[in-house]
This record gives sequence, C-alpha cells and structure tokens, in this order.
Amino acid sequence: MEDRREIRVLSPTSIVGAGFRAESLERAMEWKPDVIACDGGSTDPGPFFLGSGGLYFSRDAIKRDLELMLLAARAADIPMLVGTAVGAGTDAQLAVAVDVVQEIAAKHDLTFRLAAVHCEPDREYLKERYRAGKIRPLANAPEIDESTFDRSDRIVAMAGVEPYQRALDDGADVVLSGRSTDAAIFASIPTHRGFAPGPAWHAAKILECSAACVVQRKYADPMFAWIRDDHFVVEPPNPDYRCSPVSVASHTLYENGSPYELVEPNGTLFSDTAKFEAESNRAVRVSGSRFEPTPHTTNKLEGAELVGYQTIIVGGVRDPVILRQLDRWLEGVEVTIRRRIEQVHGADLAEKVSVTFRRYGIDGVMGALEPTPQPAHEVGVIVEITAPTQEIADSIGKAAAHVAAHYAVPEYSGLITALAFPYSPGELSRGPVYRFTLNHVVEPESPLDPFRIEMIDV
Amino acid sequence: MPKLYELAKLIRSKNAGPFQLTIDVMFEDRATYERVLSSGVLSAERFTELYGTPGDEVRIINYDAANAIKITIPRPVTSGDLGDGDMMGGQLYGPIVDLEVA
Repeated sequence: MEDRREIRVLSPTSIVGAGFRAESLERAMEWKPDVIACDGGSTDPGPFFLGSGGLYFSRDAIKRDLELMLLAARAADIPMLVGTAVGAGTDAQLAVAVDVVQEIAAKHDLTFRLAAVHCEPDREYLKERYRAGKIRPLANAPEIDESTFDRSDRIVAMAGVEPYQRALDDGADVVLSGRSTDAAIFASIPTHRGFAPGPAWHAAKILECSAACVVQRKYADPMFAWIRDDHFVVEPPNPDYRCSPVSVASHTLYENGSPYELVEPNGTLFSDTAKFEAESNRAVRVSGSRFEPTPHTTNKLEGAELVGYQTIIVGGVRDPVILRQLDRWLEGVEVTIRRRIEQVHGADLAEKVSVTFRRYGIDGVMGALEPTPQPAHEVGVIVEITAPTQEIADSIGKAAAHVAAHYAVPEYSGLITALAFPYSPGELSRGPVYRFTLNHVVEPESPLDPFRIEMIDV
Repeated sequence: MPKLYELAKLIRSKNAGPFQLTIDVMFEDRATYERVLSSGVLSAERFTELYGTPGDEVRIINYDAANAIKITIPRPVTSGDLGDGDMMGGQLYGPIVDLEVA
C-alpha cells in the first residue's frame, strides 16, 4: 500500500553509457529515490543501430554507468528500470545489457530478480496485424506492404508502461527493456502506484534526458523528481546545475513535434495548461498537465533494412580553377568511375552500385535544399560507393580514389593531382548501411502482445 | 533590420523521430518573442520557400511558457537515407539564422 502521497524518481543520465558524476549519484541517493530509471537509447544516431543491433556507446562505458546505478539501487533496495537497452532496443542489444548486469552482479555478489523485456515482435504476428488493418502510418511514413515485414533486418515495437508494470508485478527488482518510449521508463512506477497520470507523465518527459532541462548543461548528469498528485518538482543533484521555470518549460520542446502533446501507447499527455514555477532558485514546480487515456493501446513500430555496404573517400579541393568548375569535374569523375566499375565487375553489377558525392563547403549539410550553394575557398569532397558486398565496395573505392585524384581539367595539360587526401589509404571501409522502413503504429489486441518478458534469477 | 539570431537566445533543430524535423527559436524575454511573432518572419510560406515544404505540412506552434516558437516539418530526407547530410537534423536550421526581422 502506498500511504505516502509522494514518489521520488531518479534519472541518472540521458542515455546509459553517456555518463554521470559518481558524486552526483551519491547526492541523489541521499534524497532517497523510490526508483532509479534511465533511458538506454534512441533512433537519433540513425538507422545503423536498429539495423545492425550494434552498440552506440561502448560496452565499457555502458558497464561503468550500469555498475554505479545497480549498486545504488540494490543498496537502497529500490527498483531499477532501463528502457531501449542499449542503443535501439533490439534483442541483440538487450542481450548485451543483460550480460553486463549479470557480470556486475557476479562481481559484487548481488542477487535479485531481473526481467528482460523483448521488443522485437514476431514477423507473422505483424503481418497478421497488417492484414487486419491494425498497422497504421504516422506522419510522413514510408509506403509499406506485407514484404516490408520480411525485408526489414530488425523491427521493434515501442513499449509503454505495461511490460514494465507486469515485470514488477512478477517480482522483478531490475527491468531491462528493449525499445520503449522514453517517458514510459519513468512513468511506469508512479502511474502503477496510483499517482495522477498528468504530473507523472509530464515529470517522465522532463526526466528522460536527465540534466538536459537545466539552465546550462555542460555534461550529462542526473535529474531528480518528486511526483505528487497535483504537481511535481524537479531539481538537479549536481550543485553546479540549476533549473529555472523557463529551462524546464523549454525541455518540453526538445525533439518533440509539439510542446503540448506527447503521444504514448496508452494515451496522450497535454501540457498546454501546465504552469512552471520556481520552487527555489534551483528547483521548479510544474502543475496543470493532464493525461487523456486512449481506449485502444497503440505501439509505434520502427524498422530498418540493409541498403548495401559502403566505402568512402574523403578529399579536399583547394585549386580555384577546379573549384570554379567543380560540378562539371565531379560529373567527369563519376562517369570515369562508372566505366571502371563496368571494366572490373561487369555491367550487371555496375547497375547495383551507387556512386554519390557530398561537397562540404557548398551544400554538404543541406544538399539540394541549400539556398546558397557557393563554393568556399576550399571544398571537402566525399565520394560514397554503396555496393552489394563490402568486398566490391572496397574494390571500387580503391579505383575511385585513383580516378578522382587525377581527373583532369581543360585549363591544365599534363597529369594533375586534384584531390588532397588526409588519410592513407584514401578509401575507408564503412561497413553495412541501413535505412528506416517503418513509421507506423500497431494496435495489439492486448497491450502485452508485441512483447515477451523473460524473468531471470540473478 | 536585426537578424533572427540577434534577437533569439537559441535557435536549434533536431529530429522528432527519423521522419520529422523540429526547429525551436527561443527568446530571452516576452517582448522580443512577441516582436518576432508579430513580424511574421517565421511563416508557413517562409518554410515552403526555404525547405520546399507544402504550406499545409508546416506546423508552427507558439509556446508562451518558454518564449519559444516551434516549427515542425516533415524531414526533407529521412534520417540516414542515402543522400541525407544531417542524421540528427542538428544543423538544418541554418537557412533561418540570418532572416531579417522587420
């Protein structure tokens, strides 16, 4: 039974592996949190981490953060929840998180009940939902058909609070979840213990990036919230940090399409009526947000598929004669590279290879949208070769570096070297390249259907 | 006429998921925020012109609590697709920085 009408949530860092100061965590533990919750990933770094299941931060960096968090949680005998563990929330990344936690437990002789929430739904299940019209596109979604569910290398469903709450009901002390909404990690326990969902979900949205809502964030560090029924208070444990009403209100804007609505699997947080007030010169009190539950739970789906394997060449052009005709020069380079691909690998394969250029100093960031595509005094050129295998991409990369280095301009006679290479070899093998395939939601019959909870006695 | 960056305390952009881009323009005080709002410098038409986004897909939200204007548009290229030059959308606010505020 929960008699106390306050629940305290500690968010140690923005993403497990991004780090926090050990002394900030100690200070936060003196404030007696009821739960330690932490985000473990994102789609921000692009489709590679979802497609490949590879790690965003290193295993060592992840272990450093998890070790301090786990020791603190077990010493205080409070639950620890980690969502989107660790990277994109795939089963492969979740397995790394489970392995690291078991390693830490063995080292420190800890015993507890661990839940691993798997968030890669069965493909047949997804196809059945698709045929039933229960998979719907979100804004700007790519076109899909049934083959999308076969083609994608990995597909994850975003968990809401339900799998966390079930795992806790089943006796978990530590929950590591695959893909999860950021806020669900923090809202699970407060809403499960009956706290009003408006303040609980709004606090969760603020907590998910830990110290991102301070006035000036210099490095990742913890954030702490006291959630009550009609408001919540946030304060950073680090004495060098402080929150202001504007800094906290501003965070509601961050990487969210609207500051007023946060759509979650089981409802929507509306913060248009929220009030942000100073509780002290470093703590902020937020009240007035409301959460409207939806009758049908929906889980966002994210997928990624392999595009090919890439080799790139980085070089610089400084000669104004070449810069003045760079477009024409690059066209000639491309034609010559393509001819070389046909000579070495044949015309059939050449059709499956893409050769593209980035031009830093002209439009490297904005591409076709660049309003002022004027060359600077020097231009960085990246030649990108994307091919069906890494071996072929590397083979073409070697040829392309040679072609680009010496491609002529009409003003000069004799062999030139047109590209300045910062590296030897000139070509860099980049490995597999992926693209996102889904921006959809699935409506499950029961909220737990897309997920599988594995209980482990550590 | 002052430029937008001279009046703002922060201009930033970021993905709101891999398929949407969101731009925040934040001001130190209410007066500057309201001045920029009433200037009409950040209009749907302006984003059509700069980013090629159809007007009905430009979402502009005035967020009084933070003296901030938020503009959300579909990402011109999906994050990480071949040809995307900005995985996180972190620099795609570039074209609005020097806009002149009447």
